[in-house]
Amino acid sequence: MNYIGLVIGYIFLAPFIGGLLDGFDRKISARMQRRVGPPLLQPFYDVIKLFKKQVITVSSAQTFCLLSYLFLMILTGTMFYAGWDILMCFFVMSTAATFLYFAAVVTSSAYATVGGNRELVQMMAYEPAVLLTCVGFYLAEGTFSVGEIAQSEFSNIMYLPGFFVAFVFILTIKMRKSPFDTSTSHHMHQELVKGLTTEMGAQNLAIFQVAEWYENVFLMGVVGLFIINSDPMSIIAAVLVIVAVYFLEILIDNSSARMKMDDMLRLTWLVTLFTAGVNVLVLMLVRIF
Amino acid sequence: MSVIPFLIVFPFLVGAVLFCIRKNRVRRAFAYCCSVIIIGAVFVLLAQWLAAGAQVMTFYYDTHLADRVILCGEVLLMLLVIVQTIRYRKYWIMLLSIIPTGMMVYLELKGPAVSEVGKIYVDHLSVLMALIIGIIGGLIVIYGAGYMHGYHQHHKEVRDRRYYFFMIIFCFLGAMFGFVFSESLMWIDFFWEVTSICSFLLIGYTQDEVAINNSFRALWMNLFGGVFLAVGIWYFVYTQGSVSLHELVDNGAAGDVLAMIPVAFIAFAALTKAAQLPFSTWLIGAMVAPTPSSALLHSATMVKAGIYVLFRLAPAMAGNLIGFMIAFVGGFTFLLTSFMAIAQSDGKKVLAFSTISNLGLMVACAGMGKPETVWAGVFLMIFHAISKSLLFQDVGATENSLHSRDIEDMHGLINILPRLAVFMLIGIAGMFLAPFGMLIAKWSAFKASIDTGNILMVFFIAFGSATTSFYWTKWMGKLISFSHVGERKFKDITKKNEIISLTIHAILMVLLCMLFPLISTVYVDPLLHEMFGLSTQVLPQSLLYMLVFVILFVFIVPLLAYGYIRQYRRNVKLSYMNGINVGDNKYFVDSFGDNKRLWLSNYYFHNMIGARRLMEPGQLFMTSFLIVMMIMIIGGVVA
Repeated sequence: MNYIGLVIGYIFLAPFIGGLLDGFDRKISARMQRRVGPPLLQPFYDVIKLFKKQVITVSSAQTFCLLSYLFLMILTGTMFYAGWDILMCFFVMSTAATFLYFAAVVTSSAYATVGGNRELVQMMAYEPAVLLTCVGFYLAEGTFSVGEIAQSEFSNIMYLPGFFVAFVFILTIKMRKSPFDTSTSHHMHQELVKGLTTEMGAQNLAIFQVAEWYENVFLMGVVGLFIINSDPMSIIAAVLVIVAVYFLEILIDNSSARMKMDDMLRLTWLVTLFTAGVNVLVLMLVRIF
Repeated sequence: MSVIPFLIVFPFLVGAVLFCIRKNRVRRAFAYCCSVIIIGAVFVLLAQWLAAGAQVMTFYYDTHLADRVILCGEVLLMLLVIVQTIRYRKYWIMLLSIIPTGMMVYLELKGPAVSEVGKIYVDHLSVLMALIIGIIGGLIVIYGAGYMHGYHQHHKEVRDRRYYFFMIIFCFLGAMFGFVFSESLMWIDFFWEVTSICSFLLIGYTQDEVAINNSFRALWMNLFGGVFLAVGIWYFVYTQGSVSLHELVDNGAAGDVLAMIPVAFIAFAALTKAAQLPFSTWLIGAMVAPTPSSALLHSATMVKAGIYVLFRLAPAMAGNLIGFMIAFVGGFTFLLTSFMAIAQSDGKKVLAFSTISNLGLMVACAGMGKPETVWAGVFLMIFHAISKSLLFQDVGATENSLHSRDIEDMHGLINILPRLAVFMLIGIAGMFLAPFGMLIAKWSAFKASIDTGNILMVFFIAFGSATTSFYWTKWMGKLISFSHVGERKFKDITKKNEIISLTIHAILMVLLCMLFPLISTVYVDPLLHEMFGLSTQVLPQSLLYMLVFVILFVFIVPLLAYGYIRQYRRNVKLSYMNGINVGDNKYFVDSFGDNKRLWLSNYYFHNMIGARRLMEPGQLFMTSFLIVMMIMIIGGVVA
């Protein structure tokens, strides 16, 4: 019953939570830049307005790709909150991300294609860390099942600090935040041209936005999974950590300059290898003794 | 079960007849009929075997005559190699044929008495292999008949020797059937040599300089493996007085020290067939041959022979030094060649590197030798065979129509050659996307390598699957874009039989994906039971249900989305180009005020991770690794 509630909650509430997080994001970013910033609910106003606009696209196949992206993203989160296999969740997520890439390149627009190709490099950069995070959970709990991991005796972050660092690191890429926002990097002086979203307009951009919210709620769920344990009080701790991580992402976003794509790839893989590698070795040693 | 000798002998006879028919039309008709007969015979085999209770069976204990025929065959093969090496002045290669053949002849005539074994062995694994060889191989023949027609129209410089081409392809199929059904190591050695030499002859088909060089590279690498195989058999016969493959595996699995050396040598030989580093270059070179032969080498035959041997040996390799060696070579090859695949833009080269890469994963699965990993390996093998065969045939057909097989030229293929593009998309999706089997197999391999504590393998898979997704996804992205070679019209000159073969492949692909959980419980679990003697269900039931759900969802969502967007008429406008559009999406105004063509290209990172940069260090590292490991294994036995 618990899971059914969570799933229904995810499907219906995730866009609101994601939108609110986005609103806070904009507000806090603005304050960091000494601006007033938009109202908290601005992301919702934007999306509603986008849905009302006339649909103009370069390729009619784009909506198809974006809808597939959205629904596969929802499936990913649903599987996660239903307590299923976490590795399978990430597999479905990578299929979803593939559709986002398709939505960008199907237009054959110069800006969107460059953004899409960069998104692909970003996917390559974060995927090892994502898979290794699953390995971490498996090593600590002996299962990929989200439901069982969430019921563990101690918070998993005790065993998996290295994996946690790796995951938070790639979260910056996944959320397309600076310094790793190459795929949505702005065309000089024009906010409207934004990497792989260049050719997405009206309803299509709205779908993209909503899918992003679903994605963020799912990713924050994975962050929470590091904290949560059989004690119900741990939920509060998990929420606090999620908020802290989100704030950290905003801070990084506002305080760092964009990195070159191949540097990003190298750095991410190094960090992944190092943190996850050390963590794995320690876990293996603990298992032996 | 007389269908088994039929499957082995019939293709050779067909090959001989095809060699004699010089009328193209007649030969084509004959080749069709025979490949249909072979496909039919494979199904008859399956039906008979299922009717007999689907259990392990051994036949043909007294085969004096057949043994002699095989011995003569081996000598003939050696003579063929000697003639060819003298003709092209590659004298040293003949040694690699003379040594093993001499050893085999000596063993057969003067060797110690060996216990009688049934020469033919039928179980789940060999029937599965026969299905792959028969169905995929048969379809490749059907495809090839049409393809070679177009090929010779475009390549006037190549002498038309189709009679020879089809003869070798059929011999190849016969040898593969013989290979997977043989229990006697002497027979296995013979069929092994036949496949080596058939692939040599196929690669050299065009007879230009590159083809000849590449064919000799394939020849010496495979014969080199053959030497190791012969030494392994020799040692086994002299120490244990048996030529039974299963006895070897059982002894190895029971921890018999004497079985270690033959297992290590035969596994080493399998690495050459499966084109693992440092022996990968022969398979890349094999690309110069016409497409049907590449498809055959890469999907249904040749490389699968190496994988098959490793699966057989898997129980004997579990948890020992040999297993570590094989798993490491496989994992390393998986990662390194997937890097190299990123840097290629030639479609066939990408396929070649991805074949080696995927084979690496299968080799690693066999090397770890646990039921879960072999389960994953078997599925990888099935899906890879179909996907790769489909992709090779499709790239070949595309090349005939587009006059290029460069992925950059396939920009917008969905608009230029829609049929072929759709097949290509299905094939690529089968190689890495979510509900298709490859990914599930990867899941299982991943889990099993954590369970066995093989952390190196975990890292290989984690990084390797990221790079694998990268090169497939960017290829798919090319296909679905708008065409920027739109003003040139290309006619789809794909022959009907090519389309038939492609369609069957695509249907098989989707069907297998849907029936995946069923195949796992009905077929692959018993296979593991035979191999490891304990019944396991590798995928937990809950996961199976989940899979069915995900599969349904992933198929239905795009369909629904497609139906949804069809209702709407959209306002289609030009793409954003900084305000310097010219009127369509193909040109923009450059700084001189001229119209400039917009050309979009993928990332390849040639200079960072190209084959030129990585291949030689990888080969060197793997060579030294293999030498050290072999010395350690042999030393461990002797000491």
